[in-house]
Amino acid sequence: MNTNRPWWRPDGFAVYAMIYLTFIYLPVLFLPLFSFNESKYIAFPLKGFTFKWYEKMFNSPDMLEALMNSIKVGLTVAILSTILGLLAAKAVTRYRLPGRGPVMGFIMVPLVIPAIILAISLLILITQLGIPLSLWTVGFSHMLLCTPFAMLVLISRMEGFDRSLEEAALDLGENAWMTFWRVTFPIVLPGIVASLLLTFTISFDEFVLSFFLTSTDPTLPIYIWSSLRFPTKLPPVLALGASIFVISFFVVAFAEWFRRRGVKTDSTSGL
Amino acid sequence: MSLQSFGSIIRRRFLESEALRGFSLLSPTLLAMVFGLAMPLLILFTLSFWLQDYVDFIKTFSWKNYSDFFAKPIYGMILIKSIKISGLVTLATVLLAYPMAYFIAFRVQKNKLVWLILITVPFWTSYLLRVFAWKVMLGYNGVVNSGLKSIGLISEPLEFLLYNPFAVTITLAHAWAAFAILPIYVSLEKIDRSLLEAARDLGENAFMSFVRVTLPLSMPGVIAASLLVFIPTVGDYVTPSLVGGPSGIMIGNIIQSMFGKAFNWPLGAAISVMSMLTVTAMICLFLWGTHRFRRRIA
Repeated sequence: MNTNRPWWRPDGFAVYAMIYLTFIYLPVLFLPLFSFNESKYIAFPLKGFTFKWYEKMFNSPDMLEALMNSIKVGLTVAILSTILGLLAAKAVTRYRLPGRGPVMGFIMVPLVIPAIILAISLLILITQLGIPLSLWTVGFSHMLLCTPFAMLVLISRMEGFDRSLEEAALDLGENAWMTFWRVTFPIVLPGIVASLLLTFTISFDEFVLSFFLTSTDPTLPIYIWSSLRFPTKLPPVLALGASIFVISFFVVAFAEWFRRRGVKTDSTSGL
Repeated sequence: MSLQSFGSIIRRRFLESEALRGFSLLSPTLLAMVFGLAMPLLILFTLSFWLQDYVDFIKTFSWKNYSDFFAKPIYGMILIKSIKISGLVTLATVLLAYPMAYFIAFRVQKNKLVWLILITVPFWTSYLLRVFAWKVMLGYNGVVNSGLKSIGLISEPLEFLLYNPFAVTITLAHAWAAFAILPIYVSLEKIDRSLLEAARDLGENAFMSFVRVTLPLSMPGVIAASLLVFIPTVGDYVTPSLVGGPSGIMIGNIIQSMFGKAFNWPLGAAISVMSMLTVTAMICLFLWGTHRFRRRIA
């Protein structure tokens, strides 16, 4: 069953894998293609090669402002939800809590509720309290959505490590804070990095919550949404999309390099 | 007993009590969730019994929104259609993802992580642009029409590809693919390989050992994948707005319009509550069904 076939005689599964990859890649690959297309209409036939949409991308202050808003919200959300996730993950992995199951279930609710319902519930609460809509309300809603993800990532990292390391540090006279800083933190660091990346990505791409909870400041997805209705605004958006894609490729490559380094230090510290 | 020693007893109790220390660590997260989740949902529920009066609410208890929901069949019909579309999307996503996850878990020998990253790469594109990509695929001058025209199969572009429930289904199935593969992969990867060898040694053929060992053991992943796809897609309103057309409208569009153009927040709240109840009921039915299925084959 598990024979190593040569690559030129793939089995059925490998053929299926290729078809599947084509299905998930094909539609997405047409977007960067149109970002180099001369015509402003996203339709065939292609008109000719151009860089002008990339030039235009840098000359669209509205779009760049939306991008900056998304980055600001994303960074804030990533940091806050990772802190909340870290505290919660430490609480449920380190202490025997009565009612652990229901508490975890409650924190996970944003994962199993359609975003539109979370969005309108928050909209009702915020307007009833008389709080003005702004990027802060957007950020708060993103934080609710991201915290369960941060918690899941960090729990899986924390369950993996040996608690006696922390106990040893305490026995050797470190206080609780220094134990956290010098023992727990470095071991959990790869989980923290993963959580920051994941929560930033979720916030950066979130549309429905932002759409309901922002006033006049658009995030990037809101800007994209509005430009989908005006076809002529679209090619610079595709150029930006392609650029973001390339940048995220390097970020993921860096994260993977960082993770492998983390694995290496883990194995040596196990000596 | 002096006040000071009383204080120190409390302090010691606190440090000794695991539960207290645990909950104090948990309290910021819980507080955020109570304020940002429990309270809003409660208010949503309350609002569904109020009425809209121009820009204000009539804050007296009323069943009117719910009787409206049942009186006008359009809401129920669209809710059922949304459940059907999402169910179909879930089925398609899980069925397509399972062999892929199986391939990575059992056939790929090294660099599994590279395969997993390869699968998530297309999803780094903005969700909105991924949905839009299907407009490019299925549109009047889109990829499919241009392709078919260039090989001479059709002379005029096909117009039925876009703006219907089918377009919504295929777009959602594409957009949520990664959410199905990862949980199924994790549950397959966890399976102890010696169990499969045991099944083969005891005379089961490859297919039967899959049905009786691999499939039941991977059910937690299949269930997680199904829920991860089903729940968010029921309420999705981006995809139906962009590729659904009038016949592809889903319940998310109705809810959105109640909070937008139609401006009837209480009715919107009641429709949301009904959607949540229906989705919860469907999930219970699904979990009950999979539970029975597992018991039957195991």
